[in-house]
Amino acid sequence: MGVPRGSVLMVTGRNGSGKSTLLRILATAIRSDHGTARVEGFDVRRSVQEVRRRVAFLSHHLYLYDSLSALENLRVAARFLGRDASRPALLPLLAEVGLADRADDATLTFSAGMRKRLALARVLLQPASVVLLDEPYGQLDPPGFRLVDGLLRRLRERGATVLMATHLLERGGDLCDRGIVLEEGRLAWEGPARELAARSGLDAPALVEGGA
Amino acid sequence: MQLRAALHKDLLLQWRGRSQAIAIFVFGATSLLLFSFAIGPNAEALRQHAAGFIWLALLLSSTLTLAESFQGEMEEHALEGLLLLPADARALYYGKALANWAQLTLLGVALVPLMVVLYDAPLPRAGGLLGIILLGAAGLSAPGTLYAAMTAQTRARQTLLPLLLFPLVVPVLLASVKATSLLLTGDPMGQLYAWTALLACFDAIHWSLCGLLFERVVED
Repeated sequence: MGVPRGSVLMVTGRNGSGKSTLLRILATAIRSDHGTARVEGFDVRRSVQEVRRRVAFLSHHLYLYDSLSALENLRVAARFLGRDASRPALLPLLAEVGLADRADDATLTFSAGMRKRLALARVLLQPASVVLLDEPYGQLDPPGFRLVDGLLRRLRERGATVLMATHLLERGGDLCDRGIVLEEGRLAWEGPARELAARSGLDAPALVEGGA
Repeated sequence: MQLRAALHKDLLLQWRGRSQAIAIFVFGATSLLLFSFAIGPNAEALRQHAAGFIWLALLLSSTLTLAESFQGEMEEHALEGLLLLPADARALYYGKALANWAQLTLLGVALVPLMVVLYDAPLPRAGGLLGIILLGAAGLSAPGTLYAAMTAQTRARQTLLPLLLFPLVVPVLLASVKATSLLLTGDPMGQLYAWTALLACFDAIHWSLCGLLFERVVED
């Protein structure tokens, strides 16, 4: 299967179906046992650094240092990316995810939702053309949901290609172009995201069994 | 650029975890105290063993320092996050190894006054002893950082790290103890240079080799 450049793909399927594994393979966090995957033409096994330069990944693991503050966590990433790591440059990012007033607090003191917001800010820091979001709505409150919606719209405007693993089919239906359902690591269904969302009363396995 | 970013990150993490560093110093100091009890109130014997025991205390404490240095990297898989940015694995290694070197050197320096007091050791030449501590700490830090990365994700890391590290750093321990002992008790045969040269060679080999191996360790 392929994902057209600049489109947003919703990836769904029941627990253990391989959604996170797919994203982790595309992000080069793990290597696939077999098969081939390419990101913007670069093989994820052979051209690891080329792929990594193009991909931003929101993982289940949030890639944060507990003992550092929110600002320091962003500063660490910004320094490695060769970006401006000054406070004035990073505060707007924190403001965007609603954490500007907690910029100097250790992330250890953050709730799960706040940690997720900080991880989203870290994704925004990366000038990536491919963005992989693994359960971006997880642990967020309703304003956090709207934050992710806004992020997806911004990424779409920027022309980024987005793959989002989620169980929230209704939400993804409005924001994604296409959807896929995975079943035991295999592509079980592919079609318009709205169609997938319209069947949101059905869980993904039922959708597959329904022969859609 | 990336090395500077890595070093800055690791020094900042060490600063934030300074309470842990203090606890490790207390552990080292307690080890020195217990070793002195093992010798008993024999001033001559205490002086003779002072160099050996300070390096044993530093070696034991180093496993805690090294293991701790990867704790923060593994809690939220932060190291993986840096590699995916992408950060250069070699820069990540050298940043961590340099920060560990600095911490072990500080620990070694902090244990010296205790050694002087507990073992009735003569006051050493400050510059010479600092040089040996720097070389010895570098010899523990380079392979120790690599092995700490290897064992960080294993369940038995507290046991595995010393099991892997101790046999490898036997030359560091021997050379550091001999060099320190010669510095404390005199060097009539002029052997100090040979032991420090051995330390420097060990450091050069391991600082080069471990930097190359680190990428394989964290990527596979």
